[in-house]
Amino acid sequence: MADFTMPALGADMETGKVIQWLVKPGDTVHPGDVVAVVETHKGAIDVECFLEGVIDKLAPLDTDLRVGAVLAIVQGTGVATAAHMASAAAPAASALPPVSPMAAPVVNPAPVATAAAPMTSIRVKISPAAQRTARELGVAVGNLQGSGADGAVTLADVARSAIKSVAPPIDRHAARSGFDPAQMRHAIAAAMSRSKREIPHYYLSSTIDFGTAQTWLDAWNLQREPIDRLLPAVLLLKATAKALEEVPQLNGFYENGACRPSAAIHAGWAVALRGGGLVAPAIHDANRKTLAELMSALRDLVQRARAGGLRSSELTDPTITITSLGDRGAESVLGVIYPPQVAIVGFGRVVQRPWVVEGQVVARPLVSISLAADHRASDGHIGGQLLAAIDTALQNPDCL
Amino acid sequence: MTDLPQLQRMTYREACRQAIRVALQADPRTFVMGEDVGKYGGCYAVTKGLLEEFGPDRIIDTPLAENGFTGIGVGAALAGLRPIVEIMTCNFSLLALDQIMNNAATLSHMSGGQFAVPLVIRMATGGGRQLAAQHSHSLEGWYAHIPGLKVLAPATVEDARHMLAAALADPNPVLLFEHIVLYNAEGDLDPGVTAVDISHAKVRRAGRDVSLITYGNSLPKCLSAADALAADGIEAEVLDLRVLRPLDMSAVIASVARTHRVVIVDEGWRSGSLSGEIAARLAEDALYELDAPVRRICSREVPVPYAAHMEEAALPSARDIVLAARALVKPL
Repeated sequence: MADFTMPALGADMETGKVIQWLVKPGDTVHPGDVVAVVETHKGAIDVECFLEGVIDKLAPLDTDLRVGAVLAIVQGTGVATAAHMASAAAPAASALPPVSPMAAPVVNPAPVATAAAPMTSIRVKISPAAQRTARELGVAVGNLQGSGADGAVTLADVARSAIKSVAPPIDRHAARSGFDPAQMRHAIAAAMSRSKREIPHYYLSSTIDFGTAQTWLDAWNLQREPIDRLLPAVLLLKATAKALEEVPQLNGFYENGACRPSAAIHAGWAVALRGGGLVAPAIHDANRKTLAELMSALRDLVQRARAGGLRSSELTDPTITITSLGDRGAESVLGVIYPPQVAIVGFGRVVQRPWVVEGQVVARPLVSISLAADHRASDGHIGGQLLAAIDTALQNPDCL
Repeated sequence: MTDLPQLQRMTYREACRQAIRVALQADPRTFVMGEDVGKYGGCYAVTKGLLEEFGPDRIIDTPLAENGFTGIGVGAALAGLRPIVEIMTCNFSLLALDQIMNNAATLSHMSGGQFAVPLVIRMATGGGRQLAAQHSHSLEGWYAHIPGLKVLAPATVEDARHMLAAALADPNPVLLFEHIVLYNAEGDLDPGVTAVDISHAKVRRAGRDVSLITYGNSLPKCLSAADALAADGIEAEVLDLRVLRPLDMSAVIASVARTHRVVIVDEGWRSGSLSGEIAARLAEDALYELDAPVRRICSREVPVPYAAHMEEAALPSARDIVLAARALVKPL
């Protein structure tokens, strides 16, 4: 028997809410199965379970549950694949005491030592009876206007809404209400404030000649259908992932006073969301994927980040963040580290600028590359090695 | 038409007196003991005429010593009699708290069930007749805290008439709290009803919008509040608890499951009150039936004042109940 617990889908998450169970008691689960949809400030996330066995008990829906709270009990072998457990258990969860047997709803989340920024959870004021009925009818309560005492949503409000929406079927799309921009703003504020308060950043930057890579890329794309063509971002991603193999100190986490490098390189790719907000889900094992695989992973990830449907492991696993501003972005960027990661690599827009090649000033496509790193975990010398390694990789695109 | 039983109109006081008289007639082990119960006919005139009818051996005037005569009642019950002890007001019962709590309520437990204490204590309770702070408090909630006691609060003529017999039949101590304002209240007694239970609450008026949970003299206030609310289109259900210990929570929850809103009306002080206990149990066991916060109407947390306008302001009123219920059902 093992407990399947609320994952920490980012350092800034204290509570989450199961809005849909995709399994029921009696179902068999295998490691990696998506078993629940959890609502966080990053939107509705597909949460995977890395246990093997039979689902026994499920935590209630639409209840704020603390990170680490028991979501389900899995009977059976209960042994997860060790690698996944290690990464799934990754950042902040360890600081929280286990809640047992079934999680109690959070009333006043106690301040967590590692998360210095207090998070006020935004709750819909709804009567318990209305909440129960809304759940039974599949009515989303987030947008209901409360007419009850203290402005709370009442049974009557839920009933009106249920009639209006003509009993919508509970499907995954309906449950996926998407993220709340205000709530996400709040979460970003908390994470970034914590980062700037706790992490002594140091910054390095270089300008890299992107000419060789661009020529290589043009040649590659020329031979392929549009669907198979690569974006420059893929080269930047792969180059960074490869470079991290040589500089492991910048790939991992800083927790409890110590740096814990990660063997796997899961690149968190910063995706700007329409309507504001930002999320940096992982492209797993980015250093081992081919360019074509990375391109399709990137396309899929961006689409799901914007439409909803990110997986929990994609939020918990990033070992470093990469932000690339794209062809309409600024020339350079100095990032803010997403705790408890220890580094963020930033690429500006590729620009044509005068550049000295073999004693001659020539026009070349250049890209500014920056590193913000945690000085507790590494020093500038290490950071310089990473930038140099990325440069080297981009000058040898055949090896990517 | 003629075979329908004739309803008998009488006061609550008269119903109490009939109950005692019938009990004295029915069982020679029964006797009444208390301050001024004999020659004076009872401070609230409940036992008027009984001394003449049953004599001084069964209607016993005692000195002003609650601990003494309540202790005698405990001993008499242990020895096989069926005493009805009258304590003039529950305010004075504090002098006998040791006898009630440490003796009557515990002996059956401490003797492994060998010694039952079939004692009935009647007490007047509550305010509203300008008797000031030492004669006007509602302490039934305190007694409802004590395991080993059964606590009754007759609020109708029928319960005043029939609860005593059930209390006397109970092998353990039973406390009856008679509200001083109710003594003059009139009601119709159905001669077809010859007994009542002392374990269930009772719906006195059915409604679908809000439950008014109450007992004692707050019952007529709730009923008149329900009338006023009905004029406003709000159907209030009025639940008379009747028995304060053990609480009939299944009746309370059933009512809240119908209405999803609740106002608890308790003449005791709010802090640490029976109303608080009911609210807590609703939160524990019926949270998902609630469509609005639980509201409570209790006495203001002051010693009940003497001055009429201040006393009125201190005690729960039908108007308070109407406002609280309306705010739950039709918030502005």
